[in-house]
Amino acid sequence: MIPLQAMCLALVALGALAVVVARDVVRQALVLSLYGFALVALFVVYQAPDVALSALAVGGVAYPLVLVAAIARVNETQRRRKR
Amino acid sequence: MTTRGRTALFLAGAGGLGALLLWGLAGLPDFGHYAGPYGDILVHVAKPQRNIANVVTGVVFDWRGFDTMGEELILFGAVVGVAMLLRETREHDVADVVDAVRSDAVRASGLVAVPVTFVLALSVIAHGHLTPGGGFQGGVVASAAFALVFLSAEYRAYHRIGGTALWDSVEGTGAGAFVGLGLLALALGLAFLENFLPLGTWNTLLSTGSIPLLNWASGVAVAAGFVLVYGEFLQETMAVRHGKAKP
Repeated sequence: MIPLQAMCLALVALGALAVVVARDVVRQALVLSLYGFALVALFVVYQAPDVALSALAVGGVAYPLVLVAAIARVNETQRRRKR
Repeated sequence: MTTRGRTALFLAGAGGLGALLLWGLAGLPDFGHYAGPYGDILVHVAKPQRNIANVVTGVVFDWRGFDTMGEELILFGAVVGVAMLLRETREHDVADVVDAVRSDAVRASGLVAVPVTFVLALSVIAHGHLTPGGGFQGGVVASAAFALVFLSAEYRAYHRIGGTALWDSVEGTGAGAFVGLGLLALALGLAFLENFLPLGTWNTLLSTGSIPLLNWASGVAVAAGFVLVYGEFLQETMAVRHGKAKP
């Protein structure tokens, strides 16, 4: 394992931990997209550029967008119910 | 159970799982030392048999084309499922919602990012049989360009370009074209999804037979699928935020 691979693996592990540790769901979604970028770096370093490309779009844009949209909807419903 | 007991139980479990994972990791073959026969065989037959420069795409759309069709239909089914579950809010319910990004900086960067992302996607799909990438990757990147329209401009812009009437049919056309190409091979007396076009000159855009066609079919289906899924989620959120949701 070359140092760059070890570094990327450590970054992914740290990122995954950060996602679990984040308490606020919106913040968690944002940390999740950062974790996605760490995965992209890992795929590039392990010579899988095509996987990295789809991970970039899915982890960076698609997944956080859908998550944040769902969170916003649930939050709004809960706020209305409390009133 | 006390907090201490719970922590002790977790640490024991996590330690055991960690040890097992490390044991498994240590037993893996080194990076680049694949032990199975298929990788080596495919690398050697890709050029003589299919004239293809990107072996991965050759596997995905030719030797394992049938598996890819399954994946394609899984995505199709997932999109149908999302549309069914979120069918409460329909497009016309939120047609007049104004939800615009006010920051000029975000809008300006979106103006640059959207066309660049979309052209990159087209290039990734078009060169799938030559360089890393292909229909799945390019399709997701293309849908990201649409998502950026919402993120950097406003919901109404997304509503206009990502309408379900158009993208439903695009999704169906993409998925149908993939299956149709398979059936066409069958009609020509070949196996289902077998390559039936001339293989062309190595490493040029018009080569490798029907692989680029299948590639475009999946790219179109994937892009349309993701555009529809974003649309469903955004509709739902916009309806609740702007008080248009049905009670």
